[in-house]
Amino acid sequence: MSSATDKALRGWLERRTAKWQRLASLASNLVGTRPAQVGEAIEMAEGYRMVARDLSLARRVMPETRTRKALESLYASLHAALHRPAHRWGSDLRSLLANDVPAVMRAIEMHLLWVTVLFILSIAAGAWLVSAHPELVSLVASEEMIEGAENGELWTDGLLNIVPSSVLSVQILANNIAVTLFAFAAGVLFGLGTFYLIALNGLMIGAVFAFTAQHDVAMRLFNFVAAHGFVELSVICIAGAAGASLGEALVRPGDLSRREAFQAASARIGKLLVPCSLLLIGCGFIEGYISPNPTFPLASRLVIGIGYWLLMVALLSGRLVPAQTRRARRSLA
Amino acid sequence: MAQPASIARSDELAIDSVTGVEVSLPIAGAGGRCFAFIIDWHIRLLIAMAWWLTGTFFVFGEFGFVDDEPGSFYVLAVVLPALVIYFLYHPVLEIAMHGRTPGKRMAGVRIVTREGATPGIGPLLIRNVFRLVDGLPMFYCLGLAWAVCSSQHVRIGDLAAGTLLVYDRGDVLDATAEAFAPTGGDLDPTLADVVRELLDRWNQLEPKARINLANTVLQRAEPQFEGHDDPDVLMSQLRRLIGRKAL
Repeated sequence: MSSATDKALRGWLERRTAKWQRLASLASNLVGTRPAQVGEAIEMAEGYRMVARDLSLARRVMPETRTRKALESLYASLHAALHRPAHRWGSDLRSLLANDVPAVMRAIEMHLLWVTVLFILSIAAGAWLVSAHPELVSLVASEEMIEGAENGELWTDGLLNIVPSSVLSVQILANNIAVTLFAFAAGVLFGLGTFYLIALNGLMIGAVFAFTAQHDVAMRLFNFVAAHGFVELSVICIAGAAGASLGEALVRPGDLSRREAFQAASARIGKLLVPCSLLLIGCGFIEGYISPNPTFPLASRLVIGIGYWLLMVALLSGRLVPAQTRRARRSLA
Repeated sequence: MAQPASIARSDELAIDSVTGVEVSLPIAGAGGRCFAFIIDWHIRLLIAMAWWLTGTFFVFGEFGFVDDEPGSFYVLAVVLPALVIYFLYHPVLEIAMHGRTPGKRMAGVRIVTREGATPGIGPLLIRNVFRLVDGLPMFYCLGLAWAVCSSQHVRIGDLAAGTLLVYDRGDVLDATAEAFAPTGGDLDPTLADVVRELLDRWNQLEPKARINLANTVLQRAEPQFEGHDDPDVLMSQLRRLIGRKAL
């Protein structure tokens, strides 16, 4: 191409600077948190194609220039702004609970079965170990807890006199959520980290129950955990199944690369963490306000515990949040 | 809809799009990552500490611990928000600021998907959940080691979420008004850039070097230019070339 033509094209490009500056200003506004107006969004979408054409031309007629670099920068910014997913909190959460979570639960059924078996076996192993060797309880319980149980007192007795319910609830739910998230994330160690956490929790529960049984306070401990324990332990098993599934994606990636399989499994299974965290928040409040309160009889606790567990099953199977009808989806679109 | 991007070089993310025009984003290394994290860590620590100290002062009338047993109001209104600020700083701000945090912005980096787009809520939350593993055994040792060793400098959380940390070209974008400034049409655009660079670095150059460079550039642009020894005259000539007004 002749230099005269190049010069003409450069001149043509330079006359577009006002448009580029306008688009740069729009893109930098959208980098902040200000929502885009419809007119601005349409202008950006049209400007995106225009900048692509201009950039293509600039690369040919003025390749090693600031203008070309600035156009590339503008193009990348517009690309990111236009391909930014919309945040529709309400409908996204509804879709997650109605469609995605039940689908994931079905996909990890076998993992859940095996993790539950591991958990139960660990509980049995912990109980057997402490029954056969009572001194081993010092591995899972503090000296204060052991002395109390030996004197017929549980560490949960009078808990409300030591810590207010609200504080207790927050401490418990934060700890439970952290354990659940860690049980999931530890699946990155080819599932071994998850198995370790599940087995450790099972061993501790079995050991503590066996120890309290030796001192005739196991029923009181069951009385304490009855209201929150069903859901809490179920959620830990579900998080363990999610972690195991993540580990399987790394061990057996199938046709994908390990990185792709890991990413796909994280995106799919990670959705479970939202309902699990919500359920654990409920568990935390039950454990803070109801479990340590001696005025609640065992029957009430069992009703609450089993009722909350059934609610959990309904939530995770999609029965609690029904899927949107096709007409409703169309009207949303 | 954007097509999946390819990794052009290990340190660049190439973005394909429906327009057929491809651009590359430079992937941030472990240094950029650490820089952003350290800034963010200081910010969240300072805000959390400020909340905690202010709350403690209002509740107890003095800074620091007292003999009184802290009540539930103190824990829920003072300690809990401080912990929430510290631990939820990254997930909340990354979602609110579309893949950025104040520290990332200062370090000039941002989070993008492998398609070069801004990640949604799901990937950002997943990325933050895996901080529990990246933080092992302490001070993000595992995450940092992974970022140093992996070809695209990602930590485990990024692998799980399908995200990358790239250098934001906000600095170039800020300069668009200057970069897009017309050159008058007669001047070669590459030479116009050289003039702009020279003017930008004018005060950093040795007096003799700037005079030599200015004369060389002016003679290249206008062969009839006979040279000059006065820096002010040379500067005004350079400004005239690219149409930049004196400050």
